Amino acid sequence: MVDITIRKRPRTEAVVTQRKFFKKTARGKVIKVLRERYLRDDVGCGIQNCSSCDNSTADTLPFAGDTQHKSFPDGHFVLPDTNVFLSQMDLMESALFKPPIILLQTVMEEVRHRSIPLYNRLKALVRMDDKRVWVFYNEYRSETAIIREDNESPNDRNDRGIRKATEWYNTHIGLSRPVIRGQPKPKIPTVVLMTEDAANRKKAEESGIAATSIRKYISSLPESYLSESILQAGLSTGKLHKGHFNASTYNYLQGSVSVPGYPKPVLLIGRENLNRAVQGDMVVIEVLDEAKWGVEGDEVVDQEATLKNDDADSDEDEENDDVIRQEAKAVRASEAMAQQKEKQPTGRVVGIVKRNWRPIVCHVDATALPSTGPSSSTSASTLSTQTLLAHPTSTLLPRIRIRTRQGPALVNKKILVAIDAWNSTSRYPDGHFVRVLGDVGGEDAEREGLMLEFGISYGAFGSAILGCLPPEGDSWVVPPKSDDNVYRSAESVPALFLSPPTNLLGADCQDIDDALHARPLPNGNIEAGVHIADVSNFVHADTPMDTEAAARGTTVYLVDKRIDMLPALLGTNLCSLRPNVERLAFSAIWELTPEAEIVNVRFTKSVIRSKAAFTYEEAQLRKDDPNRQDELTTAIRLLNTLAQKLKAARMAAAQSPAIRSTWSRKEMRETNSLVEEFMLLANISVARKIWEAFPATAVLRRHLPPPRTNFDKLKDILQKRKGMTLDVSSSGALADSLDKCIDANEPAFNTLVRIMATRCMLSAEYFCSGSVGRDTFGHYGLASSIYTHFTSPIRRYADVLAHRQLSAAIGYSPLHASLHSKPHVERILEVVNRRHRMAQMAGRASVEYYVGLALKGRGEREGRQVTEEAFVIRTFRNGLGVFVSKLGIEGMVMFKRDITQFDADNYTVTIPGTSTAVPGNDDVMISVFDKVVVNIEVEKDKNTQKGKVKMTLVHPIDSRAL
Amino acid sequence: MGSRVEILNDGGFRSDGRRQYELRDMTIDLSQQGVADGSAIITHGLTQVLVSVFGPREAKMRSQTMHDRANINVEVSVAAFSTGERRKRSRGDKRILEMAATIKSTFEPVVQTSLYPRSQIDIFVQVLQQDGGLLQACINGTTLALANAGIPLLDFVCAVTGGVHSTSPMLDLTLLEENDIPHVTVAVMPKTGKVTLVTMETRLHVERFEEIFRLAGEAGKVIHAEIKGAVRERTSRLVGAMGSGPRAGGGEDDAMDEY
Repeated sequence: MVDITIRKRPRTEAVVTQRKFFKKTARGKVIKVLRERYLRDDVGCGIQNCSSCDNSTADTLPFAGDTQHKSFPDGHFVLPDTNVFLSQMDLMESALFKPPIILLQTVMEEVRHRSIPLYNRLKALVRMDDKRVWVFYNEYRSETAIIREDNESPNDRNDRGIRKATEWYNTHIGLSRPVIRGQPKPKIPTVVLMTEDAANRKKAEESGIAATSIRKYISSLPESYLSESILQAGLSTGKLHKGHFNASTYNYLQGSVSVPGYPKPVLLIGRENLNRAVQGDMVVIEVLDEAKWGVEGDEVVDQEATLKNDDADSDEDEENDDVIRQEAKAVRASEAMAQQKEKQPTGRVVGIVKRNWRPIVCHVDATALPSTGPSSSTSASTLSTQTLLAHPTSTLLPRIRIRTRQGPALVNKKILVAIDAWNSTSRYPDGHFVRVLGDVGGEDAEREGLMLEFGISYGAFGSAILGCLPPEGDSWVVPPKSDDNVYRSAESVPALFLSPPTNLLGADCQDIDDALHARPLPNGNIEAGVHIADVSNFVHADTPMDTEAAARGTTVYLVDKRIDMLPALLGTNLCSLRPNVERLAFSAIWELTPEAEIVNVRFTKSVIRSKAAFTYEEAQLRKDDPNRQDELTTAIRLLNTLAQKLKAARMAAAQSPAIRSTWSRKEMRETNSLVEEFMLLANISVARKIWEAFPATAVLRRHLPPPRTNFDKLKDILQKRKGMTLDVSSSGALADSLDKCIDANEPAFNTLVRIMATRCMLSAEYFCSGSVGRDTFGHYGLASSIYTHFTSPIRRYADVLAHRQLSAAIGYSPLHASLHSKPHVERILEVVNRRHRMAQMAGRASVEYYVGLALKGRGEREGRQVTEEAFVIRTFRNGLGVFVSKLGIEGMVMFKRDITQFDADNYTVTIPGTSTAVPGNDDVMISVFDKVVVNIEVEKDKNTQKGKVKMTLVHPIDSRAL
Repeated sequence: MGSRVEILNDGGFRSDGRRQYELRDMTIDLSQQGVADGSAIITHGLTQVLVSVFGPREAKMRSQTMHDRANINVEVSVAAFSTGERRKRSRGDKRILEMAATIKSTFEPVVQTSLYPRSQIDIFVQVLQQDGGLLQACINGTTLALANAGIPLLDFVCAVTGGVHSTSPMLDLTLLEENDIPHVTVAVMPKTGKVTLVTMETRLHVERFEEIFRLAGEAGKVIHAEIKGAVRERTSRLVGAMGSGPRAGGGEDDAMDEY
C-alpha cells in the first residue's frame, strides 16, 4: 500500500509557499489567483552516491562529473540557463556534448513557456539514453526556492533562481564530500553555470559561481562531429556529402570519399580532417575551400614505421611531440606538392552516419610489453592491467588501444579486437580484446582471421537450418509423377549432357549445378537448353535456411576451403545434376536458328537425368576427336558452333572491351567459352522474363560504365610514358585502344595495361529493377542491356531470388510476398552485394597468403632469394609500387633515404648518380611501366611475427643500399 | 503559449510540489464562532470552510418536524470572494443546493438523530476560500463542527478527493488539478470502514475507479487521525481550562482512544 501523508506547510513559510494575488484580465475582469507550493528537503541532487540525497530511483549523474574539459580538471557538471536551450538545443542534443547536465525546473518551465516544440525536444533529451541529464526541481527544494521580489522582472527572478541553485549545488557537493583525515582531499567537481547573458555571468562570478558562455565552453572542447540535425540539413542543401570512407593503402594519414557531387573522390588529408573515420564508415564530409585543396601524397607513410615508438599510455594530455612533428611533415609534404600538381577536391569529415566497426583481426606488438624479454621475470607486472596497441592485419585500419590483464599471453597470437569508441582527444580508437584466434602464422588462425576480417560467417549450419532439408537426406529421390503431385510439368528433355564442374576446388568438386543439351529440330532449327539445379524447390522463402542463405549471400571460396551458402547436402547431392540420376531442374530452352538467332525461349521446371559429366578438358578432347560421332559429341559440337556465333553476335552488337583480368593462368578452352556463352544467354533471357513480369522488383545485375575521369591518370601515364592514347569515349573504343597498347618487346605489357584499366572500372552489382532508371540496367563488362544471375543458385543467393521470380513469372508458383516489396528486395540485395564483395576480397587475400607461403617455401628450397621481373605501376617520392606479373602479386619497394628526385608529372623517380647504390655515375631514372627486377622475400617482422612480402629492387639499382 | 501547468511532471511532482499521495496541509480551528453550538474552520491547502452547527433545537417550521428523529438542515453559502472570479451565488443556486443535499445525506446515517426526536440540527457551511476539494472540506468541517457541538455521531466522516492523471492516481486535488483530471470524492467512516459518500461529476475509466476508490478510503484514515488529534486537543484544552480533569494534552483520555 502506498504511503499517504499530509504534507505540512509551516505557517512561517507562508511568504514563500503561498501566493494570493489578483490578476486583471484583458477584458478588465479581476481574478483572484491562489497558488501554494510545498517546499521539501527530499528533492534529490541527482549525483551518484551523494551522502545526503536519496537518488536511488533514477539514472544519476556520475560522482566525479565530467573530467574531460580542460578548464575543469576536477570534474564538472553543466547547469545551462533557459537561453542555452532556446538557442542551442542542437548542441545540447548532440551526442558529442557529453558533460552531465543539471536541468533546473525553472529552466524547464521557462522553456515550456517560451516554446512547446523546444520543450518537447528538451523532454526527449532528458530521456535520451546516452545523455546524462538530471532534472533538479529547485522550486520545490526549500533551500533553492525563491520568490519574486518587488521591481523584479520574471526573467530576473528566474536568473536569480538559477544562480541560487548553482550556488546551492556547489556547497552541497562540498558538504557531502568532507575531507577525511588520512585520506587525500577529495576532488570537488564544479557546477558550472552556462549562460549567454553577460550580466548574469557577471553576477554569478560576483557571488563566486563558476560561469561560462557556450562559445568559451565549446572552444576548449576538442574538435568533434557535428550534430545529427545539422548533418541532415547540410546533406539536404548539398553543402555536405555522404559517402563511404576509403583509407589509403599507402598513407595512413590519407583517405578518400567518393561522393556524387564530384567527379573525383574527395581527398581527406591529415588526422584532423580524417577525424577518426575508419575504413568503411559511412561518413559525412564537408569540402574545403578551393584554396585549401591538396593532392594525393606521393610518399608512402607507413603507420607502423611512423608511430613505432608511440606508447599506448602516452597520449591525450601530453601529446607526443615527435609524432605530431612527423605527421605534420607528412601532411606538409603533400601540401607542398599541391602547388605543382592539379589539385583535387579536399574535404574533412564532419560526421559519421554509420560506423563500420566489426571485430578486427589484430596482433600485439611484442615490444609494447614492458616486461617481456629473455631476462625479465614476468611474474609481477604481467597480471596488472596494461594498455596495449593492437595492430590490425589490414593496413587500412588504425591501431587499436586495448586494456588487458593478459598482455603477455596475447603476444604472437592472432586476436580479435572490437572497437568501442574513438574519443576526439585520442589518437587511437579504444577497443577490447575479444578472443584469441591462434598463433600468428598458424594456418587455421590465419584462415579464421581472414574470414572474420571479411565478415564471413563460417559457422556450421544450425539444427533449425538443417531441419529445412528433406528428411530423407542422401536417399532423397524425385517424387514419382502422379495426379495429385503437380510438381513438374516436366517433359522429359532428351539428350542431356555435359555438366562441367564449375568449381575452383577442382577434383573433389561435387556440385554440378548446371547442364546443357542441344538437338536439331525437324524444321532445321536447333533446340538448346540450359538446366539449372532447382534450389528453390528446397529453399523456401521465410524458412531458417532461406534467412541464413540470404545473410551469407554467397559461397566463399578460399584457397583451401569453401564456405557454403547452403548446407552441403543440397550442393553436393540434391541440387547436383549428377549423371544418370533424376534431379529437379529449372530449364531455359531456346529454339535457335542455325545462325544462333533466338526464335523463342521458354522456361520450365523439369526433371532431368544427366547423361554424362565432363570436365572442360574432357569435353574439349571429345569435340576435337574426329573419330567420335556419338550423340553426346555431336551435341557438344552443335553447342559449340552456336556458342561461337552467339559470342560473335554479342561482340558485334556492343563492342565490349571484355576485359578479363585473370590472375590465374587458367587455360581458356573452347568449351569454357561454350558453357559461359550459354550461361550468359540463360541469364539474359531470364533477366528479360522476370523484368517483364515484375518490373518493380526483379532481381537484376548490372555493371555501370566507369566514369571517364577514372581513366584520367592511366591515360596520362600511357601518353607520357609510352606515347599511347587511350580512347575511353565508349566501351568499344576503349576495347580497341586497349588492343593497341602493345609493346612488341613485352608481351605482358598489354595484360598489365588491361589490369590497370580494369582497376579504373566499377564493380558489378545486384539491384532491384524498380530502384534505378531503365537506362542504367546495362552490363558494361558483358555488353548486355539487361542481365541477372540465374545459373548458380547453390552458391549465390541472388540466383535463388531470380529462380523464385522466374517460377512466379511462368505461373508455376505464386511469388512470396516479400519479393513484391521493393524495399525488402533492395535490402536483401544490399547485403548480397556486400557479401559478394567481401567474398571476392577474402578469396584474393587467401590467394595472397598462400602465394606468400609458396614464395617462402621456394626461397627455402632454392636456398636463395626469389627474384622476379616486375613492372612499376606507381611511383612515390620514397618508393615504387610494383606488379610481379608472373606471380600475380603486387608489392612496394621502399627507399629508405630521401635522396631521390621525384617528378610527379612524368611519373618518374630519379636516383642521382652520386648515390652509392648506383653503379657508375649516371643518374638512374625509373618510371611507371618500366621493367625492373625485384627480390621477393617473405619477411617475418621481428615484433609482429607477421609474414609480410617484402620486395627490394635488384635492377637497375639495388635499393637495399638506398 | 504553453503556460498550462503540468499536472504531474516526470520527477513525480505535482504543480504545487507535492507528490502523488501527499495531502495538502490541513489546519483545524475549533474555537467558538459567534453563538453557534459548535463550529469549525478547516483548511485544506488554500480551501477554507467555516461550518457552524446549531442545535439540536426546536424546529422553526412545524412541517419539518419529525416525530422519531431530528431533522438535519444544511445550508451552504459561498462567499463571493472565495472563487477566482468574483461572483455572487444566490441561495437558490442549484449547485449550492446540491452540495447542501449531499452533505445532508452524508450525515444523516451518521448523526444519531433518533436521540433527538422533534428537533432540528442546523448546519451552516460557509465557503471562505476555494482551491479545490470543496466538498471534502465541507464534509470534514461538518464532522468537526458536529463533534464540537457535542452531537452524538456514530463515527467521524472523513472525506478526500482522488483523481487520476493518465494512469497515476493522486490525492487531494487543487483547483488546477480538479479542472483537468477526473476526480472522485469519497467520504468514509474510518472506524467501521463504511463509505457514506461517493460522488463523481466527471468521467473516469472504470478500471481506474477501484484503485482510486481504495486509495481515497486509505487517505480518509489519515485525515481521520488528523481530525481526531484536533478534537482531542480541543477537548483536553477545554478540560484543562475547567481545571477539573486530568492534565491538558494528557494521553489518558481512554474514551477518545476508542476512535
